[in-house]
Amino acid sequence: MIIGLDVGGTHTDVVLLDQENLVNQIKVRTDESDLFQSVLEGLSRITEGVDPKRIERVVLSTTLTTNAIVQGAMPNVGMIVSSGPGIDPKFFRTNEHYYPVAGSIDHRGRRIEPLDPDEIKAVGKNLAGAGVRYVGVVGKFSSRNPSHELEIRKLLRDQFEHIFLGHRISGNLNFPRRIATTFLNAAVYPVHKEFFTAVKRSLDRHGMKVPIHILKADGGTMSLDYSIDFPGQTILSGPAASVMGACAFAPEDRDVIVLDIGGTTTDMAVLMGGVPLIDPFGIELSGYKTLIRSLNTRSIGLGGDSVVRVIQGQLTIGPDRLGPAMGYGGSAPTPTDALIALDIVTDAEKARSVAGLEPLALTLGISIAETAERIFNLACDRILSESAKMVAQINAKPVYTIHELHEGYQVDPKTIMVLGGPAPYFAKRLAQNSSYEVRTVPRWKVANAIGAALARATCEVTLFADTERGILTAPEEKFKKNVGRDFSRDEAVEKAFELLKEKALVKGEANAQDLEMELLEDLQFNMVRGFDTTGKNIRIKAQVKPGLIHGYGAVAKKLSEEAER
Amino acid sequence: MIKSKNRTGLVFFPAFDWAIDPTHPEREERLLYTQDQVFEEGILDIEGITEFKPDLVTATDIQRTHFCVPDVWSVTTESHFISAGGAKTIGMAVMDKKIERGFALVRPPGHHAMRVVHGCRGFCNINIEAIMIEYLRKAYGIRRVAIVDTDCHHGDGTQDLYWHDPDTLFISIHQDGRTLYPGSGFINELGGPNAFGTTINIPLPPYTSEEGFLYSIEKVVLPILADFKPELVINSAGQDNHYSDPITNMNFSAQGYARLTDMLKADIAVLEGGYSIEGALPYVNAGIILAMAGIDYSHIHEPDYDPVRMRQARSITQQIKEIGDKVLSYWQEREAIKEKLRPAGPFTERNRRIFYDTDGITETQREKIRICSDCGGALRIDSETDSGARILAVHIPMHACRACQETGYRWFGEARTTDFGKIYLQDRPKDEYLVK
Repeated sequence: MIIGLDVGGTHTDVVLLDQENLVNQIKVRTDESDLFQSVLEGLSRITEGVDPKRIERVVLSTTLTTNAIVQGAMPNVGMIVSSGPGIDPKFFRTNEHYYPVAGSIDHRGRRIEPLDPDEIKAVGKNLAGAGVRYVGVVGKFSSRNPSHELEIRKLLRDQFEHIFLGHRISGNLNFPRRIATTFLNAAVYPVHKEFFTAVKRSLDRHGMKVPIHILKADGGTMSLDYSIDFPGQTILSGPAASVMGACAFAPEDRDVIVLDIGGTTTDMAVLMGGVPLIDPFGIELSGYKTLIRSLNTRSIGLGGDSVVRVIQGQLTIGPDRLGPAMGYGGSAPTPTDALIALDIVTDAEKARSVAGLEPLALTLGISIAETAERIFNLACDRILSESAKMVAQINAKPVYTIHELHEGYQVDPKTIMVLGGPAPYFAKRLAQNSSYEVRTVPRWKVANAIGAALARATCEVTLFADTERGILTAPEEKFKKNVGRDFSRDEAVEKAFELLKEKALVKGEANAQDLEMELLEDLQFNMVRGFDTTGKNIRIKAQVKPGLIHGYGAVAKKLSEEAER
Repeated sequence: MIKSKNRTGLVFFPAFDWAIDPTHPEREERLLYTQDQVFEEGILDIEGITEFKPDLVTATDIQRTHFCVPDVWSVTTESHFISAGGAKTIGMAVMDKKIERGFALVRPPGHHAMRVVHGCRGFCNINIEAIMIEYLRKAYGIRRVAIVDTDCHHGDGTQDLYWHDPDTLFISIHQDGRTLYPGSGFINELGGPNAFGTTINIPLPPYTSEEGFLYSIEKVVLPILADFKPELVINSAGQDNHYSDPITNMNFSAQGYARLTDMLKADIAVLEGGYSIEGALPYVNAGIILAMAGIDYSHIHEPDYDPVRMRQARSITQQIKEIGDKVLSYWQEREAIKEKLRPAGPFTERNRRIFYDTDGITETQREKIRICSDCGGALRIDSETDSGARILAVHIPMHACRACQETGYRWFGEARTTDFGKIYLQDRPKDEYLVK
């Protein structure tokens, strides 16, 4: 059996699945000040009366690192940045202890200017003196040649608890994002490590010696052990859990918009033929632009509990939330109150909701029922127009070859899948107000936890060959090899898949059946100097597609059939 | 946090699957390292810099500018439609005020393409800036435009297209034509009889460095621009003046390009040539983008940059000063010279031989223009290539007076298909293109 657990802002959702059934589903209130307690409570309640030996896998998605970053609750870390010519690295300062140093590598990975070991040692001394224990080291073009980062670590390794190297974080080119991502990894390392070590210990005590997987923002999982060194990958896994939940029930023959309508926000994503789209760059959080791979999601400040106001004669919704709907004891009117006033939602105190809408109705000079109608329609229409914007943005993504421009597949979803608390109510109205076919995701209240439970291990490999220089390298995977002039693109692809497979099996503890691999980038250039071809420049990027683990299709099918009845 | 002062747009289209031929300078690899640098510097993440996907131009857009022989499809590839489309996308974004400035980092280039196109010359088939400008004129009603061509090669195609247009100021600053392709662009090339003075050439001696370029911009180009008062300034941003360029002999640098961009403050820049794909382009392009956006570019330089080694000889400085003085004096006296040189008759003719180096075609042109003080003048081009393709092209300019419009239609009507393989009429006031 599998446990999927997703910590949300309000609730922690937990499911227990076997190959045929959703055995159990629960919700516990999230205690933001003690997430560990929330996770433990969720895990112990879902396993009540279950033989621990029957649990084969636990997948966790938490807001731990996200909260730490959003709240700025991060320890002092040191950043050492080697830039060389380009934009002044002072613009990329992440924190107090930020040191640009000498040294330069160019776009082909050639060393242009050496490091100055004395300078590095002096920086190390400063950092150690300031009580810093975690250090990030980032070089420009280190994803082409990591030697400077490695050298800096060698010089400083005895003085610090953990040194994070930029080239290990992603194979992508983007120096400022590499700096920010390395910083975040260093900064959330202690809190993440402490938390998950405690979770593991606790599960051990309960007799569950099972692989623990952590959900990532790209909708895939990684092993707990691996996550300790790359804790940044756990940021914003919540929206990914919901998307993967919808994935389990999504049709594969068309494009779909997924809407997770929560209390505070509505999160949107697009599935192309059942597969979620990956963000081409990386997560943005609290002003940090990162290289953390994530699903392409868009979040708007409009949810069931968003505050409704009349401003200059116009109804507005959100983006803030002041607590639950008035019908549930809150203090400000919300779209949920509109649903209550319209008798669509019936388990609340209708009188309180009506009282909350009354001042709005008076200002607008219309009846309460009409006010409620307008609020509901406005919420739906904004969600629809924002999803249309997201689709337009995806289709406007620049491409760099004639072939891509010509063959450019345009996403054209005609179906919406809704999950989250008020999903069924919204689904109906969204369908009425648009030409989309709108479905509610089965078990919409815990589909996010189902998504976490069933998500497969994902990863990405970037391989770079420069046969003029005779090198084949994937610094992120600590891989480097000399190759001859005749090294070919086919060999590069083969090598990339080999590295990817190894990474998925070892670091993701993936099941061999789940290795659905594909190429994300496949470019080959003849390098010409003078009038002669002097080599080839080959760039290969491969990934394990986000998707669901093998062997649990029957559960999803059963739940879908159940929902249709 | 890094933020741009000017909202800046970029179209980046490196055409990674298009080349003139595999070892040609204009090949797939050309913008590869530029892409690496732009990505690694995180330029596309900077707040205020937006990347746009290029639109494709239409055949109508191309026919608004060119006479393609025998037709548009025969002398272009998809890449040309995208490259010109990228310029058009940036132009529209500026006019729609989505951005204040924009840079179309596209290939293939276009500034050697003339009004009549039989094939490819100087790596160019269609003139991507001109196609953009003529589209903007039609769609947004702008009239006065200035083009500053800073490619190392004389922008002879753009010069040909605007030779008779008094509403377009064309300034080309380039390596002296006696020492470099296409061998034209001398100080005394000043425009046709109806548009005398709005073509300006600043040929610089080989080994001119930052000092000389920036002097010419500051002392010659900027004052002329201020006089002309264009609604839009376009920079044909070739990057082959760089000291490491393999096919030219200049000593310009990434810092220099960034400062030039900063001084010129063009609304739109369009990439032209530049073939030092590793040593120059990554740094020059980064510098140009930052300068356009108004971001500190002082740390941008080539790994091997040494300003002392690139200092120009005193004799070159003196030569450049003399050239600048002469150009300025022509500009100041242009009305008087125009009157003096004005042909007596109602028409004037010139005969030319045009060589298409890339495609190996030689074209002979007999060009006839109506002398007109009210507009650019009706233009008739009788063109024949060495392979025997003879066509007649009649151009009626955008703001043509009635007499010039009538002249154009008369020429078109009188021409016989027995004499010419094709007869074309480009009627800009009506935005029509007729073929018989």
